[in-house]
Amino acid sequence: MLKPLGDSALLVELGAEINPAINQRVHALNALLHANIIAGIIETIPAYCTLLIHYDPLQLTFDQVTHWALDKLNQLDDSYHRTPRRIEVPVRYGNAFGPDLEAVAASKGISPADVIQIHSAREYTVYMMGFTPGFPYLGTLDERLIMPRLETPRTSVRAGTVAIAGSQTGIYPLDSPGGWQLIGWTPLKLFDPTSTSPFLFSPSDIVKFIPVEDDHA
Amino acid sequence: MTMLEVLDVSGLVTFQDSGRFGWQSFGVPISGAMDWFVQRAANILTGNPADSTVIEIGLGEATFRAKQNCVLAVTGAGYEVSNYIWTFPLWTSFFVRAGWQVQVKKKSGGNWAYLAAAGGFEVDAILGSRSTYLRGGLGDSIRAGDLLKTGKSSRGFDKLSARTFPTEKYINYTQAPIIEVIAGPQAERFTKEGIQTFYESEYRLSKSFDRMGYRLEGKPVPHNSNAELISEGMTIGSVQVPANGQPIVMMVDAPTTGGYLKIANVIRADIPLLAQCEAGNSKIRFKETTVEKAQEKYRALMKGLYENRFKL
Repeated sequence: MLKPLGDSALLVELGAEINPAINQRVHALNALLHANIIAGIIETIPAYCTLLIHYDPLQLTFDQVTHWALDKLNQLDDSYHRTPRRIEVPVRYGNAFGPDLEAVAASKGISPADVIQIHSAREYTVYMMGFTPGFPYLGTLDERLIMPRLETPRTSVRAGTVAIAGSQTGIYPLDSPGGWQLIGWTPLKLFDPTSTSPFLFSPSDIVKFIPVEDDHA
Repeated sequence: MTMLEVLDVSGLVTFQDSGRFGWQSFGVPISGAMDWFVQRAANILTGNPADSTVIEIGLGEATFRAKQNCVLAVTGAGYEVSNYIWTFPLWTSFFVRAGWQVQVKKKSGGNWAYLAAAGGFEVDAILGSRSTYLRGGLGDSIRAGDLLKTGKSSRGFDKLSARTFPTEKYINYTQAPIIEVIAGPQAERFTKEGIQTFYESEYRLSKSFDRMGYRLEGKPVPHNSNAELISEGMTIGSVQVPANGQPIVMMVDAPTTGGYLKIANVIRADIPLLAQCEAGNSKIRFKETTVEKAQEKYRALMKGLYENRFKL
């Protein structure tokens, strides 16, 4: 369950599937570790079912880091509860904002309005961040919208584009290549390096999409 | 303060420091110098704190004109430095008179060179670091016409010039390195033959390599089942093996998370050796070591760097 990743990181495995309960434990452990931080821990990367701990081998040995992490893992109570931040994201669905909306609807045998309704109905958790700075991997998507990635990724996707792939949904923070199905766009800025809080989202946040008409966003 | 005017650049020329830390959980890679040892050595030669900002010259060349007197040092592997009249040795700081042109040019035997100036380069920090991360829009490439500003030198130029760093005491750059690795967290998901192939065969660096990753070519490494993994955090040196069985080593600009099985992880102390391997030319072999030994090797390199701060 605790394994080295090279000579300066420790991987804590809390499960082997994408599942809200396991991901909750990842974020809970992450919060507990940060509340009891020790010198030499550089940063942590929470993911779906793992937590990667980066440490400085000039200050800590592998055994010291393992001991610290294991100790906190044992203190992790299933009743441990945090109140996550909740962020509302206005989205213009379809047309040029979400060029794959029609195709997604057609392949699922439902209307574009149904896709919008289903996608915006539930609250999602930021399971992890990665790919490019500020990209949130949100889950879990309603089974009725599960779509494969595009066979040929687009070379350029506009920043703010809302997309789906597999059981996940996400938002592209930067103009970048992308292989997900594009269904909408938000004017919110997900990444602003000059701001004191550069990222709109953090791992474990709750996200709710709010459909808006063209002239309101 | 000194100004360096950029006259000409080719390849990938950017500012880099020792990396951007604290933002990996938001998807921001560490970036920083591809060869961390060489970047620090360049700073030590010029009397700067080891983590100061330097110019990384990758797979190309760069020519500068000094607007004022200055002390520079170029470290790295496979490069030549000249002022068009004579050449300056790598790994030695040198005095440059106002008006001189200095050219740093790739020859063979390495990919990356680092130019440090006494006083360090003054660059605005983004998310706490001066490292350029082009894909994320953090900083920009250095271009012809740019005027680069340095800070105040820590000592007089006479005290800082003509100092040599004894590199060969610490690292022997070679195009046939044996790179030490620690077994990866998914090593058991490869077949026995796969593991054996990885440790016993020779790999070349593919032509499609960059600051994100070093794609290797050689005997494919087979998996037990499939190559996919639920995405999880990775680090510099993580060796991912996708379905085609050809390993890819994550380098400084690699994404913070990845979804392929990791067979091994290159140790920090050997990242410089791998970074300087040339496409097509190199013969790379991997050897397993332990976390304890890897950390000892890393500490020894860091100790070497810091001791030379006072010895030179």
